[in-house]
Amino acid sequence: MSASDSTMRYEGDVSADGLVVTGKTQWPLWEVFTQAGKGAPHEHAGSVHATDAEHAMQNARDVYTRRGEAVSLWVVPASAIVASAPGDAGPFFDPGNDKAYRHPHFYKVPQGVRVF
Amino acid sequence: MEQSTIAPQDESALVAAFEARIAAGESIEPKDWMPERYRKQLVRMMSQHAHSEVVGMLPEGNWITRAPSLRRKMSLIAKVQDEAGHGLYIYCGTETLGVDRQELIEQLVDGRAKYSSIFNYPTLSWADMGVIGWLVDGAAIVNQTILAKTSYGPYARAMVRICKEENFHKRQGYEICATLARGTPAQREMLQDAVNRFWWPALMMFGPSDTDSPNSAELLKWRVKRKTNDELRQRFVNLTVPQAIAIGITLPDPDLAFNEATGNWEFGEIDWTEFFQVIGGEGPCNRERLAARREAHDEGAWVREAAAAHAAKQQRSGTQAA
Ligand SMILES: [Fe+2]
Ligand SMILES: [Fe+2]
Repeated sequence: MSASDSTMRYEGDVSADGLVVTGKTQWPLWEVFTQAGKGAPHEHAGSVHATDAEHAMQNARDVYTRRGEAVSLWVVPASAIVASAPGDAGPFFDPGNDKAYRHPHFYKVPQGVRVF
Repeated sequence: MEQSTIAPQDESALVAAFEARIAAGESIEPKDWMPERYRKQLVRMMSQHAHSEVVGMLPEGNWITRAPSLRRKMSLIAKVQDEAGHGLYIYCGTETLGVDRQELIEQLVDGRAKYSSIFNYPTLSWADMGVIGWLVDGAAIVNQTILAKTSYGPYARAMVRICKEENFHKRQGYEICATLARGTPAQREMLQDAVNRFWWPALMMFGPSDTDSPNSAELLKWRVKRKTNDELRQRFVNLTVPQAIAIGITLPDPDLAFNEATGNWEFGEIDWTEFFQVIGGEGPCNRERLAARREAHDEGAWVREAAAAHAAKQQRSGTQAA
C-alpha cells in the first residue's frame, strides 16, 4: 500500500478568493483498485495524484487500464486507508493462527472414505 | 521515520531479522522496518529508473510527427504513452519509501538527478525508432524481468506491470528493423547506421562492470538486484546476436564471437570513458533533453493550476464531483 500516512495538502499560494492557484503543488494521493473481470475482486493496482475524485478516476483509467485491464475502478484517498502495523502483525493476527481446528485437516475420517 | 528512535543494540537485532527475511525470500513492504541504507539505495535506484522512463519519451517523441505511416504513428504514440505510465508506476513505488514525487520531479528538471545514459544520444533517422525498440527496450526487458523479483514489494509489482507492456515495445521496434532490412539499399544503410550508433550505448545501459560498481555488492546482498550487471549484459548479448543475424544486420564489434564451451557470445571492450562522460552530463544530448523536459513541465503549469483551482472551487461550493 502506498504511503497511507501521507497528507492531503496543497502547498501552493492561495489567491485572494481563497483558491490555490500555483502549479507547484503536490496533488493528493489516491489509491487505485481495479477489477479485472465481472465477479473478480477489486485489487490494489497502484496510486495516482489528483486534485479530486473525478480527476483521480480519469488519471487512474489512463495510468492503470490502457489495455482493458479493468471493468471497474475504485479510487480512495490514500489518507482514508487504515492499515495494520507490520510490527504488531504477530499478536494482531494471532487469534486466527493457533486454531488448527478451523481447518478440515484437523479432523480424522475413516480410512478409504471420500469426504470431498 | 521510526528507526531514528531505535538504540544501536536494537538496530543490529532489527538488521539481522531484516536480513533473515530477505534470505527467506520474503518481500519487504513499505511499513516494514528496513535499514536506512536499504531505503536510500531503493530511492536512488527507483527514482533514477522513473526518470529514465520519463526522459525516454523524448528521443522517440521527436519522431511521432514524422512516422512513415499511420500504423507506425499509432504504435509510437502508444509506446511513448506507455513510458509515461512506467514513470508514474515507479514514482508511485518510490513514494511508498517516504519521498514526494514533486521533489523527485524537481530534482530531474533542475539537472540534479541521474537517468539512463542511453537517452542522451540523438535520434537521427527513422531507423533509430526501430533500433531503440529492439535494443533499448530489449535491454530494459532483460533488466526489468529480473527486477520483477526484487526484494522490495512495490518495486517488484511495478516491474511486473511494466514487463507486460515492454514486449510490445520491443516487437514493434524489431518489426521496423526487419522491414528496413528487407527494404532498399538506402533503407538497409540507414538501419545499419542506427545499429552502429546504438549497439555500444545499449550495452552500457547495464552499468559498469560489477568490479567497478560500488553499489552492487550491497544491492545483491539485500536482493534489490538479483543478477550482476555483467550477467545481465551477457544475457542481453546472447539474446540479441541471433536476432541481428536473422535480419542480416552486422553488430559493430569485430571481437564478437560465439564461445562453444560457455554458450556465450563474447564481445569486445566497452568504452567506459564514454559512459562516465555521458552519465556526468557531457553526452551529445544531455542539455537538450533536460531543456525539453523543463519546457514541457513549465508549459504544463497552467493545466496543473487550472486543475487545482477547479478542485478548490468544487470543494468550496460543496459539489464534490464523483
Ligand atoms: Fe518503459
Ligand atoms: Fe519501453
